[in-house]
Amino acid sequence: MKVRIRFKKEGVMKYIGHLDVMRYFQKLLRRSDIPIAYSQGLSPHQIMSFAMPLSTGLESDGEYVDIEITQRVTSLEAVRRMNANNVEGIEILSFKELPDGAKNAMASISAADYEVSFRDGYRPAFSCIDILRKMYDEDCINVVKKTRKSESVVDIKPGIYEIEGDDDKIHFCLSCGSVLNIKPELVIEAAFNREGEDLPEYALSIRRNEIYTDIDGKRVSLDMIGTDII
Amino acid sequence: MRRTALSEEILLTVEKPARYIGNEVNSVLKDKTQVDIRFAMCFPDVYEIGMSHLGIQILYSMFNTFDDVWCERVYSPWTDLHAIMKEKNIPLFALESQDPILDFDFLGITLQYEMCYTNVLQILDLSHIPLYAADRNEAHPIVIGGGPCTYNPEPLADFFDLFYIGEGETAYRKLLDLYKECKRKGFGRQEFLRRASHINGIYVPSLYTVEYDDEGLIRAFTPVYDDVPSVIHKEIEMNVSDTYYPLNPVVPFIKVTQDRVVLEIQRGCIRGCRFCQAGMLYRPVRERDVNLLKSYAREMLDNTGYEEISLSSLSSSDYTHLEELINFLVDYAKEKKLNISLPSLRIDAFSLDVMSKIQDVRKSSLTFAPEAGSQRLRNVINKGLTEEVILEGARQAFLGGWTRVKLYFMLGLPTETEDDCRGIAELSNEIARLYYELIPKSERKGRVQIVASTSFFVPKPFTPFQWAKMCKKNDFLKKAHFVNECMHEQLNSKSIKYNYHEADVSILEGVFARGDRRLSAVIVKAYENGCLFDSWTETFREEPWIRAFDECGISMDFYTARERSLDEILPWDMIDIGVSKDFLKREWDKAINETVTPNCRISCSGCGARIFGGGVCYES
Repeated sequence: MKVRIRFKKEGVMKYIGHLDVMRYFQKLLRRSDIPIAYSQGLSPHQIMSFAMPLSTGLESDGEYVDIEITQRVTSLEAVRRMNANNVEGIEILSFKELPDGAKNAMASISAADYEVSFRDGYRPAFSCIDILRKMYDEDCINVVKKTRKSESVVDIKPGIYEIEGDDDKIHFCLSCGSVLNIKPELVIEAAFNREGEDLPEYALSIRRNEIYTDIDGKRVSLDMIGTDII
Repeated sequence: MRRTALSEEILLTVEKPARYIGNEVNSVLKDKTQVDIRFAMCFPDVYEIGMSHLGIQILYSMFNTFDDVWCERVYSPWTDLHAIMKEKNIPLFALESQDPILDFDFLGITLQYEMCYTNVLQILDLSHIPLYAADRNEAHPIVIGGGPCTYNPEPLADFFDLFYIGEGETAYRKLLDLYKECKRKGFGRQEFLRRASHINGIYVPSLYTVEYDDEGLIRAFTPVYDDVPSVIHKEIEMNVSDTYYPLNPVVPFIKVTQDRVVLEIQRGCIRGCRFCQAGMLYRPVRERDVNLLKSYAREMLDNTGYEEISLSSLSSSDYTHLEELINFLVDYAKEKKLNISLPSLRIDAFSLDVMSKIQDVRKSSLTFAPEAGSQRLRNVINKGLTEEVILEGARQAFLGGWTRVKLYFMLGLPTETEDDCRGIAELSNEIARLYYELIPKSERKGRVQIVASTSFFVPKPFTPFQWAKMCKKNDFLKKAHFVNECMHEQLNSKSIKYNYHEADVSILEGVFARGDRRLSAVIVKAYENGCLFDSWTETFREEPWIRAFDECGISMDFYTARERSLDEILPWDMIDIGVSKDFLKREWDKAINETVTPNCRISCSGCGARIFGGGVCYES
């Protein structure tokens, strides 16, 4: 049975990188006695895949990991057991059975919600939300996207689905996944560049709220794909 | 929500912030207003090393079973954070509460190797605790040292208020009760220390004076007061099956060196290798009940979620119920999809069978530790392993499909000659030759791979070699170069890889292993000169150390390159480990005469450890 787990990651757990979160979950599932399935072969490993790595330093209310289990366990019981074995800062929010043929989380992601605020002392003199709105009204938003190897100019406009909020808290819905992956800091940086400023490191406090998949052109929360196991 | 001592910005700037946030599974939180004693337990090295240490986990769990105590952990901030904490004057904190170390009653520091001594000063310095015990007052935690290096604590004597000599399970409760009593009665630090010195195993260095003669040798080592004992007897846990064990060990978020459940199957070793300090310190051998170990294994795996388990002891092959335990673990591992990481076992039919069950034969390697290249020298060091045994083990392994062999040797052992050094190359060659002789060309998949590594011998206190002269740096390197040349002369040299390392750290280790109180000043100077993480190749620098010795006018050769006479007062003579000095002298004499001493199960050699009334000494 394929299962999708939604969890929260916050507080000091934001300092734990993605690989270590994976290792954490492997042990959490064992401690909680969740009947996880293992791969075949000489060194069996748990069948587990995360929707989308969360960068170190970010918090999230909507992280997803898909697993496979060998025996039925109710959602209520699984959530209870896992939370009883959790550390502060990780909380299991749901544990749902995926329908047959459902794409795994990683393959199906299309967009994510973010909530961004400025850390103390980093709030710019200009109104960031005003600049963002102005930018959003334009036909294209060209930014320089840097990777380890190269720099390229990309139009990020098609990847920005929503910009809401005020200068205290800015909400974004941004495209993610393999086609166009846009991080909120990239959008804010574009706003800063408009004002002739660089976005300082550590300026932003970012929380991911949700990850979506695309169903018939509509954004649907990854959590809505599965159903509770009763 | 959890508070962190370090700001978000600092945590996101430093490498691996998970080292500093605590919050791990099974870490213990208590209400600090509900405990009488706050104990900060420190391993003075980086988190990944400190978290891998079983001893700390044992004591951490023991202390936290006491309702009146909250024990927390602290490790050395890595160099990146060290610089930030110095610059911003941020005090060092404990992981659980994130509170400054200054708020604690005790700071316990485990001393596992000599090259952590500048890290000890870093801990004190960053905690804002005066480096010298003499400069501390009622506001400062009591700084207590434990671990193998405390069997010669003298180089650190000036920095510690007291040392706990021996195994931690037994006397801490007494010490803590005394502390509470002293607090209640309003006694100060000095009175507490004086009274603590009456507890068996507790050594308070400030209560002793040392006098030296014109040559710098110790003339007298005397307690300052009549009631302070002149001999400190080590503490020992004789009932290892009924004592504290960390069934809920703390599980780190990041990968640490020993990232698995560790089962300590026995304490001590029957072998009596003459270079080995642990083999003497932890006498007599005490085995844990095998059924207890099985239940510990299940419970610890359940409590941690670890997917791997390993066994720990000085010589696992000597554990009486090893087959039963390993067979149990192999079955259990299969059921629970676990990995077993085996300790180095004697290579025989049983261990090869087990290894072939749990690991890929083509990828794994065999390990032998002959320690010396010739039978003559192996007799000197009392290493029972013979060439026939090694070759027979290798023969079985080659037939079983193994093609990789690791060999460990020491260079600079007492009485070592060129022939002994050449023997290292010859034995390596012999093993390679055996492979080619045994395995027909058609069945070979490439060459056999022999990796021979040498380390440099450092004489340690409480071993028969404690009087021995240690080689100088150039002698060590000459020996290594000579072995290297001999390797090239071998017929199968292309199948052999030879590793050796620099000698500068070994020399320093030698100085501190058998050093005295006068070295405290050198360690302070070295720390001031920037030495830190000296056990790490990437951070070790020899030059500031050399400068520190020069600035203090202290000769390294005095401590290393001198054979001590049997009647010299040694800096660690005030400590009694149960094994007598007479036995060590007899062993030193037998070493020179190339005579082997049988192990404890074959016959008792009267080392003195019988006095503890248990263990192997009383097996029928």
